[in-house]
Amino acid sequence: METKPVQFKNLSREESYGYDRKTLDYIRNAAAHGLYEIRGMGAKRKLPNFDDLVFLGASMSRYPLEGYREKCITKTLLGTRFAKKPIELEIPITIAGMSFGALSANVKESLGLAATEMGTSTTTGDGGMTPEERRSSKTLIYQCLPSRYGFNPDDVRKADAIEVVIGQGAKPGGGGMLLGQKVNPRVAKMRTLPEGVDQRSACRHPDWTGPDDLAIKIQELREITDWEKPIYVKVGATRTFNDVKLAVHSGADVVVVDGMQGGTAATQTCFIEHVGIPTLAAVRQAVNALEDLDMKGKVQLIVSGGIRTGADVAKALAMGADAVAIGQGVLVALGCNGETYFQNGAHHDAIADYNTLGTAPGFCHHCHTGKCPVGITTQDAILEQRLSPAVGAKHLKNYLKTLNMELTTIARACGKQNVHHLEPEDLVALTIEAAAMAGVPLAGTNWIPGRGF
Amino acid sequence: MERLTFDLATTPLRELNTFLHNDAKAGKTSHVTVLNPDGAHNIAVGLDCPIAVDVVGHAGYYAGGMNKSATVTITGSAGTGVGENMMSGKVHVKGFASNGAGASAHGGLLVIEGDAGLRCGISLKGGDIVVGGSVGSFSAFMAQAGRMVICGDAGDALGDSLYEAVLYVKGSVKSLGADAQYEPMSEADIAAVASLLDQAGLDHDPKSFKRIASKRSLYHWNADANQEY
Repeated sequence: METKPVQFKNLSREESYGYDRKTLDYIRNAAAHGLYEIRGMGAKRKLPNFDDLVFLGASMSRYPLEGYREKCITKTLLGTRFAKKPIELEIPITIAGMSFGALSANVKESLGLAATEMGTSTTTGDGGMTPEERRSSKTLIYQCLPSRYGFNPDDVRKADAIEVVIGQGAKPGGGGMLLGQKVNPRVAKMRTLPEGVDQRSACRHPDWTGPDDLAIKIQELREITDWEKPIYVKVGATRTFNDVKLAVHSGADVVVVDGMQGGTAATQTCFIEHVGIPTLAAVRQAVNALEDLDMKGKVQLIVSGGIRTGADVAKALAMGADAVAIGQGVLVALGCNGETYFQNGAHHDAIADYNTLGTAPGFCHHCHTGKCPVGITTQDAILEQRLSPAVGAKHLKNYLKTLNMELTTIARACGKQNVHHLEPEDLVALTIEAAAMAGVPLAGTNWIPGRGF
Repeated sequence: MERLTFDLATTPLRELNTFLHNDAKAGKTSHVTVLNPDGAHNIAVGLDCPIAVDVVGHAGYYAGGMNKSATVTITGSAGTGVGENMMSGKVHVKGFASNGAGASAHGGLLVIEGDAGLRCGISLKGGDIVVGGSVGSFSAFMAQAGRMVICGDAGDALGDSLYEAVLYVKGSVKSLGADAQYEPMSEADIAAVASLLDQAGLDHDPKSFKRIASKRSLYHWNADANQEY
């Protein structure tokens, strides 16, 4: 007699937790290509972040300020430790370092125009300073990276501050990448590379190897600029407590800490998702390091990596940052992952171009291909026309303005006349993880995990 | 024009560098002598005019760093990163040089009469380096453009991940780095070596050098694998 196997409808279609469809896809892709996946943007996985914190607005025990009428100062000073000419910003929200190469020249110009109007700074990237960028941005921070592509003393002298980049949150311990599609003649010339090579930047600086060397390197940059310009040191968030201390020891005026949600134009996915710590954890460690050295307020802290909203800015400041830097949020404001692009006075559908890349608006991380459907992360002569500097600048200015209004709204609600007066005491956490990382109590309790009751 | 002397035993370094950036550039002098450098770091960095600077003694890190147009001569030895990121002009070390000599130099000529340490010419971007003695391991790592002439020997991994820079070695090479290969010396190579030796004031037979350049097999990722970027 023939017997049929017994079918259990739900059990026979159970998806494995460890080998879910995403993992199966990953293994098949690895088997097909023999090469890791490279992509743009930052960590996509769920991480404790600023959304896990809330403010304790003023009530009986605290006195709020009128939301729209009363003064709330946002002015921000950076680089007051050694530099003769510190950076003075109107808002504590800066534009993160992104390279010409990763971004088109039009985009770099948009950033400069909007930042100048809002009274904040932009930052160069791996690949040097373009004349468009210097012209459009009143306050320009010039990065000194391991690759030293296009790095030259004339631009050092033209810069308003210098940022020595040790690493970035998307890939602490790794160098940059720019795939061949984006190494067009102009990019190749600026970086002294053959056109079209898959460029891999060095992960270590060529002329120094540790914090004691870095102290001398920073002194060199100061000597070259006659001690006028602030020197920032940027680290990807890992052993942040020690790294910030060493950056201070090396003579930094400003320390930039970039958490693992920070974006990149191209990096191995395994690197983006599995190396580094969340921004929330990094801010606490960085502030602790500055306090431990009694350098809080003397060495300024800029936090980046997943800052999206005015509330995020307010929370970073309350935890002890002096300013934030934004990369991906800025790109989204320019149109990244949007369904349309705006050209010649009209919106045009970009969905077909996303489809060609095998993606869709809202999911795109294909910055590395150089085929950005909305003309942002590209060096293609036709695609880059999809974002004009003026249109980009208008959107970015609106975005920064909104963030700043949200920031001051929250600060006033907490009774602060100055956004820099926000403090950890104004915050509580919604999850135990966030409470432990941020070092603020779980809401409704006075419990900070790891510090007893 | 007056030849000025700065004695670093009594004058702060910052005063020297500020003078070189401003007064020297304005034409106040064409020749500066630096006495008692005593291994000080960052001597004569960021120069931006065709001035001659003689450092009488040993220099610390980054001597002549980011030089443009000037001629910096060090009669002693130099520390890490001598002539780093030079754009043009000349940095001449009569003695030995430490690690990272001429790192990421975009132009100009770096001469080291003695030996150089590790990573000499790392990330070179168009400058020329002539070493009278030997160079340490990982020299010319990721060198992108420019030329290196090594009259002595080279350590391990010479020219690892080279781009378009070209290396000439007279002595033995302990090992070549990934993607570096020996190539035949053409007449143009011999002429280039002869000219660089002449500019450095070193006497060697240019025909006795070997040429090393990139195989260019690392220029693209796994190009055979039909990768969908």
